[in-house]
Amino acid sequence: MARRARASRIWYLLLVPPTVAPLLTPLYNRIEPTLWGLPFFYWYQLMCAVLAMVLITLVHVATRERRHGWQ
Amino acid sequence: MAVTVFLTLLGAMLLLGFAAARWRRPDDIHSLEEWGVGGRAFGNWVSWFLLGGTMYSAYTFVAVPALTYGVGAVGFFAVPFAIITTPLAFVFTARIWSVAHRHGLLTPGEFARARFGSTSLGALVALTGIVATMPYVAVQLLALKAVFSTVGVKGEWPLLIAVAMVSLSTFRSGLRAPALLSIAKDILLAWVVLSALLVVTMSSGWGEIFRRAGGWFATTPSPNDGLILSDTGQLGFVTLVLGSVLSVFAYPHAVTGMLAAKDRATVRRNIAASPIYCLVLGLMALLGFFALTEGIRPLDGDLNTVMPQMFQKLFPAWSAGIAYAALGVAALIPAAVMSISAANAFTRSIYRTYLRPAATPAEEARVSRWASLVVKFGALGVILLLQPSYAVDLQLIGGVIILQTIPAVFVGLATGWFDWRALVAGIGTGLVTSLVLLWDIQQVGPGGQVVKAHFGGSSMPVGDTGSTVYVGVVALAVNLLVATVLTLLLRLLRVPPGRDRTIPADYVADVDDPMIKRLDEILDGLPARPGGAHARTAGSRSP
Repeated sequence: MARRARASRIWYLLLVPPTVAPLLTPLYNRIEPTLWGLPFFYWYQLMCAVLAMVLITLVHVATRERRHGWQ
Repeated sequence: MAVTVFLTLLGAMLLLGFAAARWRRPDDIHSLEEWGVGGRAFGNWVSWFLLGGTMYSAYTFVAVPALTYGVGAVGFFAVPFAIITTPLAFVFTARIWSVAHRHGLLTPGEFARARFGSTSLGALVALTGIVATMPYVAVQLLALKAVFSTVGVKGEWPLLIAVAMVSLSTFRSGLRAPALLSIAKDILLAWVVLSALLVVTMSSGWGEIFRRAGGWFATTPSPNDGLILSDTGQLGFVTLVLGSVLSVFAYPHAVTGMLAAKDRATVRRNIAASPIYCLVLGLMALLGFFALTEGIRPLDGDLNTVMPQMFQKLFPAWSAGIAYAALGVAALIPAAVMSISAANAFTRSIYRTYLRPAATPAEEARVSRWASLVVKFGALGVILLLQPSYAVDLQLIGGVIILQTIPAVFVGLATGWFDWRALVAGIGTGLVTSLVLLWDIQQVGPGGQVVKAHFGGSSMPVGDTGSTVYVGVVALAVNLLVATVLTLLLRLLRVPPGRDRTIPADYVADVDDPMIKRLDEILDGLPARPGGAHARTAGSRSP
């Protein structure tokens, strides 16, 4: 039980990239490369939203609490 | 044509709000559990729409494109802000839900009281929340006003009627009204986004739009606009994003929608899917550039009218009508939720704590109903009687001062280490610091002349570097410093700390948790027969 709790806690590290990535302005504050005409500044951030969705869903599925199971 | 579609849809929406009282009707709506958080029984879909309806308001959909229209990249800050909110909310909102579920809490003020064992701290948090929320309601109504003026409906009566209608339906149905409206709103909004995409696709395409927008920003005298951030603009951008993220966890209305979820998994699932809203927001922000290159000009210099003006010029009339209705309802839903939350904060942390400790659940619900009316019409009064620019100033100040409750509310979710006296002192120092710093900010026009001597924005200059920093973050740092130093001092002097009425297990409790224990010291006068999720829990679990 304790080991399982610790193992599931590691999954939460996946939440770090979507929290940090949109703050790294020196990294993405540029025009090139463009995608569908969008400067990098904009499509990088839209990609961050997709990344956030994927990773959070992953963490949610991996750490889902079994109802009744934890007692 | 546009006016007819707009008014018809808006009218239909408001009728829906009235019908909401009958929707999933509980045995007894006369308790704050039912009126204020929909009996904590909302499932996946309703929670999802309510989350979008509360957080992505008309102000967002009108003001964010107006910002990118005006200054370019800086205006895009709302998108990273929304993205970062999701992983944090995934962890912390689940904790809020659990502790609120177990203790029957409705507002951040009650949580601060339970966590740090101080009624004064709870009341201070509640009061700060109410003061910050009122102007937020007012700017929602300003967004609605911008729609009305584009449609050409003149005068103040349409705004008055819309607010009166939504107030009445909230008065009657509580949180159920905005929840049901959110579903209808998102359908309209999906239509707006799709048709906007279609219009952009049929025009010159994004490459051309950005090329022309870049050319335009190059001709303006201001060094701070452009397609990307200026070198000195990055600190201001990042601190503004951080400050906005934290404020989400402090505004009373931000958690209301999630507290109404029926279990912990619903909260987590919804937040995992919520970046879809970030994408929609990003798209709306990009439309600001489109409006710029299409030569859209705001009415009377009011940037809030840029989006409505764009719909009018580029959409067929009936489709523009749908867009107006989407914006209109998107203004009224958050206004309703915010007024409910502010009213709950008043009822729970001030009315029942100081005025009528023996208030029954029915009395609580009655007080909240009337308080929600006061909040909405107070906000309306601000924008009708005072200059609208005061509402914007107040909203700016509100966003900064709400951050001062972060140590008690958001940090409090992670640790109960702080002493409540230190937190009160921290909030006080933070509030004073915010006001002093905001007062000193001047708004400088394109020619370098001072347009506004005080409250000219929320970014303060850092020395002579040319960089700016968001005032809220500076004041919060001062606040945290004071709270930490004073807590250490009080510990050294062996002053007994306040009693933490929560235990670690409270923060992970789920709906079928057998140990549900609502603290009678805090919530005395419990309903004899608790409503909503609690009714089921109590019914199936009591021996």
